[in-house]
Amino acid sequence: MSTATATGTAEMIGLELARSPESPKEFKGKVTPDWCVGCGDFGVLNALQRALFELGLKPHEILCVSGIGCSSNLPGYLNTYGMHTLHGRSLPVATGAKLGNHKLTVIATGGDGDGYGIGGNHLMHTARRNIDLTYLVMNNQIYGLTTGQVSPTSRPDMKTKSTPFGNLEYPINPITSAIMNGATYVARAYSADPKHLTEIIKKAIEHKGFSLIDVFSPCVTFNHDNDFAFFKPRIKKLEDEGHDTTDWKAACEKAMAWGDEIYIGLFHENDRPSLDSLEMVLEDDTPLSRRPLGLSSEQGETLIGRMM
Amino acid sequence: MSANGLDFSIAIGGAAGQGIATPGNILARMFSRRGLHLYAYNAYQSIIRGGHILLTIRIRDREVLTHGDGIDLLLCLNQDTMDRHLRILGPGSRALYNSDKIQPGEAPDGVILCPMPIAELAGDSKNKLIQNTISLGVMMSLIGLDFSVLEEALEQAFKRKGDAVVEENVTMAQAGYDHATTHFESVPEPLPEGKKPLAMWTGNSALAMGGAAAGVKFYAAYPMSPATGVLHWMANHAHELGIMVRQVEDEIGVANMVIGAAHSGCRAMCATSGGGFALMTEAIGAASMMEIPAVFINVMRAGPSTGVPTKTEQGDLWQVLGASQGDFERFIVAPKDALDAYNTVPELFNLVDRAQCPGILISDLLISEGTFNVDPDLIDLQPEIDRGDLLVDPSPNGNYLRYADTESGISPRVTPGHEGFVHVVTTDEHDEDGVIISDEFTHPHKRRRSVEKRARKFLGVAADVSPPTLEGPQDAEVTLVGWGSTYGVIREAIEMLSEQGVVANQLTIKWIVPFHSEVVDEILSSAKRVLIVENSHSGQFARYLRSETGFSAHGHIRKYDGEPFMPHHVVEGVIELLESQAAIHIPYQEIIV
Repeated sequence: MSTATATGTAEMIGLELARSPESPKEFKGKVTPDWCVGCGDFGVLNALQRALFELGLKPHEILCVSGIGCSSNLPGYLNTYGMHTLHGRSLPVATGAKLGNHKLTVIATGGDGDGYGIGGNHLMHTARRNIDLTYLVMNNQIYGLTTGQVSPTSRPDMKTKSTPFGNLEYPINPITSAIMNGATYVARAYSADPKHLTEIIKKAIEHKGFSLIDVFSPCVTFNHDNDFAFFKPRIKKLEDEGHDTTDWKAACEKAMAWGDEIYIGLFHENDRPSLDSLEMVLEDDTPLSRRPLGLSSEQGETLIGRMM
Repeated sequence: MSANGLDFSIAIGGAAGQGIATPGNILARMFSRRGLHLYAYNAYQSIIRGGHILLTIRIRDREVLTHGDGIDLLLCLNQDTMDRHLRILGPGSRALYNSDKIQPGEAPDGVILCPMPIAELAGDSKNKLIQNTISLGVMMSLIGLDFSVLEEALEQAFKRKGDAVVEENVTMAQAGYDHATTHFESVPEPLPEGKKPLAMWTGNSALAMGGAAAGVKFYAAYPMSPATGVLHWMANHAHELGIMVRQVEDEIGVANMVIGAAHSGCRAMCATSGGGFALMTEAIGAASMMEIPAVFINVMRAGPSTGVPTKTEQGDLWQVLGASQGDFERFIVAPKDALDAYNTVPELFNLVDRAQCPGILISDLLISEGTFNVDPDLIDLQPEIDRGDLLVDPSPNGNYLRYADTESGISPRVTPGHEGFVHVVTTDEHDEDGVIISDEFTHPHKRRRSVEKRARKFLGVAADVSPPTLEGPQDAEVTLVGWGSTYGVIREAIEMLSEQGVVANQLTIKWIVPFHSEVVDEILSSAKRVLIVENSHSGQFARYLRSETGFSAHGHIRKYDGEPFMPHHVVEGVIELLESQAAIHIPYQEIIV
């Protein structure tokens, strides 16, 4: 990383297995994370590895696609197929890969700048498309890899390197945005509560449709406003509030709360069919990427016939 | 019919919304079925209603490469068309118009005016577009064909709308035909019939069908003229051919989605025009870095910026050459016409699959929206498919390196889902195993090895691309050089120059990258006089040629008014440049559309 506090050494672990993994550790990738000590992203990585293990998935059945940023280094730390792509582009790449091979479990990961800033347009459209992906956003409300500038989720008045006189812009609310745009599983979690996060991730992967999980994953180096001390007393679980996840209006009200109480948990879920289940071209269950190429003689003759 | 055989152009002019496309299609299909060669060029504007459209269909009894130099039969659907184009008609040509509504003005000498009393002929018909059908009948009589030919074409065109619609159109066309037969003189020789029925397509449908033949399973696009025709073809054939077609939120999403699908193992493609291509460029570099093969098509229109959306230009050459940051390998190819476009798509897919890199195909409005016809036997429906070192059913050996540094530079490729080959691909620089060497442990030796590996694999595959060849007499007085879509107009200009006693040959560059510098330099250095014909103001191709060979042409013929070259533009340019020793000729566009 470009941050001075980065630690760790790249080391070969080489853990891919034909059998089902026997422990979450078998989902550890070749590289040891180089995140700062205490970074919230460690909790997310651990929870993801545990969720994949508990779901009984095998490494080769999973594709993890990220963009650019500290959190987008995650695929390198995970023993699954991975794509570490351009800044903001994890969702279209993941969409293409899922449609090309709909048998894969496709997970997109990244940060708030990657997903809500430069990639914001893709989030809106991936949500309405409702493609069967799980999108895990490590939201630290700051740009970390570029050493501390304002992000689309930074609070108003926050002073950063690019807003030395305070942030004048209002933050995006990922939860209400995703619900409004048609995402069918919308949750928030907290990286310091890995057990809860693991359950949220497992349900998201099992959900057939687009799942957004916005995870508070504090940046210990550049965001001193929204650190663990900020979140700890405020975090409340929707599960303890009797929240009805089918009630999207109540979900939006709960998602807007940002004071003494900040809610985590599953805000909204519905069973609108996913794009890949509606797509006629995928009625034949063989993935597109495994089908024979080219035109049959009959198809070719039909095409020529129409040109006459 | 000239001494060289049949060469006849029909133009239909009117405003958008007047239904020009329907009679145009009916005529083109009819001629094509009769085995006549044609090329149709539609000069139009970015407007849904109004403006001026001029559709030119040029018919010959041999291959047609351009929309030609003149109009033999002009159908004016409004006064504007008459006012614009009557003056450019030559002796023996005919102008048809609704005499109830259109004043002909003063016709040039020898032009035959054919006024049609549409209201009288239409009788009780309430169909607002009926003048088009009546005009078709009139045109059939003027070109000396039997009415039954049109009757059959009308049945074909309208059968889906039911018997009543067919009957109304046939009756109205018959009224026009009978009126013309009694009032107007037909052309001296009726249009002949060709040897065998021909197939008709646009350049865009050829590109799309080329993709289908190449095995494209994933196509994504954002609508943009003049590339939208590829999307429409793909969408219409998606279910039938098993192609996933997605309209995406922007071209950034398009290109990245294509890369995702390509990484999963599909052959994946997208098409756009210059503005959309600008948005795709970062992803093209990403495909190079991750070594994912995919095809990106740029159908050029007049720029810069949103430019002139419905007009042609060759102004994106340097954009394509410079597409994406960094120093990397990709194929760039510019087909010459629709059939070449069709053949080039599978060829390009084979190359990018073998070299595991992106490929860019450059078309332009002239090719993509032009209607060509072709002998159906020339369309190879099952072209060779070579996926290179893509391991389809691999057995794990426990030591897979996605970016293995092999002698050829080509690293065997396994797609996600295969057990025993788990790996990460990255847009950051990486080591043989895919682990990034960009953040924490940068390493100059590994970086150098990766750069050289990618370059080596590309050069190895690129060596199989055929160099361009000189067409025409070896000892010509003048050599005309072009790239992509100017192939046809240059070839026709050479035929015309030969009639005027000027011996010319041509060199058309199709492969921009790899560019065959030595071959091109050798050909051009031994040429007597080299003129470059291109559709750009600054001479983008001339500059590229100079950068790759050091060769500077003796003269330039350049057009950048949005309308394509007509053959006489090139002929006049050659003669002026030969006589005057001037360096540049800019043709005057006579037809204002």
